[in-house]
Amino acid sequence: MSDVLAVVDHRRGQLRDISFELISAGADLAADLGGSLHVAVISGDVEKFATELDREGVDTVYTVAHGEEFNHDVYVQAIEALFDELAPTAILMPNSVNGLDYAPAVANRLSLPLVTDAIGISYNETLSVAREMYGSKVETTVDVATEPFAVTIRGAEWPKAKGNGSAPVEPFEVSIDESAVRSTVTGFEEVGGGDVDITDADVLVSVGRGIEDEENIELIEELAAALGATLSSSRPIVDNGWLPKNRQVGQSGKVVTPDIYLAVGISGAVQHVAGMKGSDTIIAINTDPNAPIFDIADYGIVGDLFDVVPVLIDEFSS
Amino acid sequence: MMKVLVTVKEVAEVEEDFVLDGTRIDDRFLEYDLNEWDDYAIETAVQLAEAGDDVEVVSATIGPERCEETIRMALAKGVDRGIRVWDDTLASVDLLDVNAKTEIFNAIIAEEEPDLILTGVQAHDDSFGATGVSVADAAGYEWAAVVNALDLDADAGVAHVRRELEGGVEELTDVELPAVLTIQTGINEPRYASLRGIRMAQRKEIAQQTLDDLGLDEGAVESQITLTDMYEPESESDVELFEGDADAAAASLASVLREKGVGAQ
Repeated sequence: MSDVLAVVDHRRGQLRDISFELISAGADLAADLGGSLHVAVISGDVEKFATELDREGVDTVYTVAHGEEFNHDVYVQAIEALFDELAPTAILMPNSVNGLDYAPAVANRLSLPLVTDAIGISYNETLSVAREMYGSKVETTVDVATEPFAVTIRGAEWPKAKGNGSAPVEPFEVSIDESAVRSTVTGFEEVGGGDVDITDADVLVSVGRGIEDEENIELIEELAAALGATLSSSRPIVDNGWLPKNRQVGQSGKVVTPDIYLAVGISGAVQHVAGMKGSDTIIAINTDPNAPIFDIADYGIVGDLFDVVPVLIDEFSS
Repeated sequence: MMKVLVTVKEVAEVEEDFVLDGTRIDDRFLEYDLNEWDDYAIETAVQLAEAGDDVEVVSATIGPERCEETIRMALAKGVDRGIRVWDDTLASVDLLDVNAKTEIFNAIIAEEEPDLILTGVQAHDDSFGATGVSVADAAGYEWAAVVNALDLDADAGVAHVRRELEGGVEELTDVELPAVLTIQTGINEPRYASLRGIRMAQRKEIAQQTLDDLGLDEGAVESQITLTDMYEPESESDVELFEGDADAAAASLASVLREKGVGAQ
């Protein structure tokens, strides 16, 4: 018993990137444990997925054909059955929205210790997991005293597994107790349509919590106009209803890759960075010199946006 | 009659500059407040109470006496009564893991038998994002994680919810009651407590419970997970900072922007 079971993520017919990151993390951990990496794909076109998942480091792909889309009740039952069959030391799951919808239930059902949102995993007689706390202000190490254990991994922290493997594909029969399936997905909806497509913009001026008040949004609108840029924002601005959802950059909003991304009063939480780190040039204006946005910025001003922005508007209006 | 339980947590915000003290942040640099996500969960519950005929909203937390202020604030916003779990055993635990929290809330659920349980998607401090779903499974409730819209049909025993997936996609899901929903920020606009609400909250009950009161022993909160290190992340920054006062810094930034073709007619 020293194997790893990694459960991949898919949505609407596509494997999500984190699936291949799970393979990388799982292969490393399996090597440390001296065991095999089993990859499980549950629901959807599992045969197609299995072919795509056969990358370097994968020892076996288990397919559970049941329904099309993600359902947590089905996932929990399937993983429980796989766990009973394979007796792995580790279950790796994605720290995605769907991962968080089933991983805690899996851990509870199987009485496993659970560490979520891992950004690093190492195993040397015991498991150590690196994760952040206090909105990325600090990193921590947590040690897990018992085996087996369950871990969810953050997206984009591990490389995507490459190459071609030669893993056998094993269809895995699970008799799903339908009476225990008490939620039903009735549809999907794309949100954030409307007047503007921020993913099209060459220059984005993006506003965050530092703007403090709804009435101050005007100042950033003025800046965007002066620069000939499009206005976008971080999550809190949309949560507050100060700008519509179609302006939101980040994990739950849009992923943007403009030539220039000017972040004004945005601290750079990981969920935001996931949506804009591919921008060519990143510029940040923030009062906090330790704000994580400066870690990925090319240029920056440590200062009060209410002092800096009016000057910048003047520079481009004259 | 419907009962809604909201589990809440008081969390610490860290100041811009801080000092580490072993595996903790020195208390001088922490400011305590209601967890942001839980504020939205409370608002969701209070709105259900306002819309329904006979809805009781109960709030439960695990935490020391300091947290009474946070619970009191929830009461001032319209929660009917509070439960706070704490004792010496809990005070001695460094990191209360998901299983331990699940044991505690599960004991409260067995006592209260709520129809609906609301909690924030995650806590700002440790960001595990796991308690709600774990509690649901332990209590035999159905659940939905990361909910950003709720239409409750209590008579039919169904919650119609939207789950906020990545990339601007929402999943529409029907969840059978009783259920736990983890609430995402932005689902509503949390109210501020009114002066009248704050006055009324003074008379509302906050029941204090120990593990013993809940029928749990020390073993229930024994964590398999230990926090062994805390450190400031190494900055990989190669940012070029524009120095000087606002005028000088903005002028430097303006010239970089112009070089890159911004503002060119």
